[in-house]
Amino acid sequence: MTIGLDTDAKINAYAHPEVLVSTSWVAENKDKDGVVIVESDEDVLLYQVGHIPGAVRLDWHTELNDPEVRDYLSDEAMASLLGSKGITRDSTVILYGDKSNWWASYTLWVLKLWGHEDVRLMDGGRDKWLAEGRELSTEAPTVTPANYAASKRDHSLRAFRDDVLAHLGKPLIDVRSPQEYTGERTHMPDYPEEGALRGGHIPGAISVPWASATNEDKTFKSRQELEDLYLGENKLQRDDEVIVYCRIGERSSHSWFVLYYLLGLKNVRNYDGSWTEWGNLVGVPIAKGERP
Amino acid sequence: MSSLDSAVAELAADFADLPVAERLNLLLEYSENLPEIPARLSEHPDLLERVVECQSPVFLTVEVESDIVKLFITAPRLAPTTRGFASILHSLLDGRTSGEVLTASENIPDELSLAEAVSPLRLRGMRGMLARIKRQVEKQL
Repeated sequence: MTIGLDTDAKINAYAHPEVLVSTSWVAENKDKDGVVIVESDEDVLLYQVGHIPGAVRLDWHTELNDPEVRDYLSDEAMASLLGSKGITRDSTVILYGDKSNWWASYTLWVLKLWGHEDVRLMDGGRDKWLAEGRELSTEAPTVTPANYAASKRDHSLRAFRDDVLAHLGKPLIDVRSPQEYTGERTHMPDYPEEGALRGGHIPGAISVPWASATNEDKTFKSRQELEDLYLGENKLQRDDEVIVYCRIGERSSHSWFVLYYLLGLKNVRNYDGSWTEWGNLVGVPIAKGERP
Repeated sequence: MSSLDSAVAELAADFADLPVAERLNLLLEYSENLPEIPARLSEHPDLLERVVECQSPVFLTVEVESDIVKLFITAPRLAPTTRGFASILHSLLDGRTSGEVLTASENIPDELSLAEAVSPLRLRGMRGMLARIKRQVEKQL
């Protein structure tokens, strides 16, 4: 990697410190050649309201997804999209966003499907940057379109529904709210109904809501706290094969990031079909209530 | 065509004429122009109805006087997309007759060429607001 890592002590305690940077690291390094700052938000207008100077936007809803097939873009379309944002295969991509980096984590996971090597999250995301009173800009950055070398999508980090069926009996983590897990509701509190016909969870899944991994200031909890939560309290083993899911895969990307990078579990996949798929599939088993 | 229908058609054309990326800037302009609700309502949030279809806390109420609908909506500044939707509905519906509001097309959110810019999923909150506005007007007749 050509761009230096963050030497912050908290970040260096994680299993893969190379995927996380602090807001102060971003303030110091954002204008360096080879660094592309990318904002990914739930609210599509927040970028317009003000973004880190020079940052481009990548939107999960309107850009990363294929407009017709329920899937991500084709290999060529993804390469062309990333190139249009001035990103090359060698870029150091720094992602940040609203909601404790949910959507930024989702974008990171999607970029990893195409094997982008150097992509990092800004700890605390947009809210922390704002809370620290750091500079925002409403100016569209001048982007020099680049050539992003297309590659084949790699699904080793992604679980499809048949993978989940074959996985039943091995560790599954449901990162939704407790009410969604028990089946009391089919959508998250305060969120619109997204049309799952059944409420509940995938049999065997334990409930570890995504936000248990974050602090009040939207940053990730420390390595020790995360180990206590996942390896202690929830008894995951380092060599477990784990699948995480939520509603459409955004909150579970956040938990995937924690397990795979911050704790260094080697075999963690995100089931992005998540409950909007499983809760509508004909004939698959479902569990209700508080027990896995 | 009713005057509301032509206002919707005009706004739809304003959005449709812009490149997708610039539609967001127009939505942001709307978001910045959502009128504040009067203190008599902001100090009594119990008088407002929560729009649960929205991802952020959006509250609204309507008052019908001499058959004219006054619309009051509040949405957080940190949720500009939702505020933009609220402001569009305010600009289209505030000051109309109850008949016009009640017969307003439920498809207004789909007619504005916004789905491409913000995604259909994000438009659901706007449909929720419209349905609740109509229901409140109906109740007051």
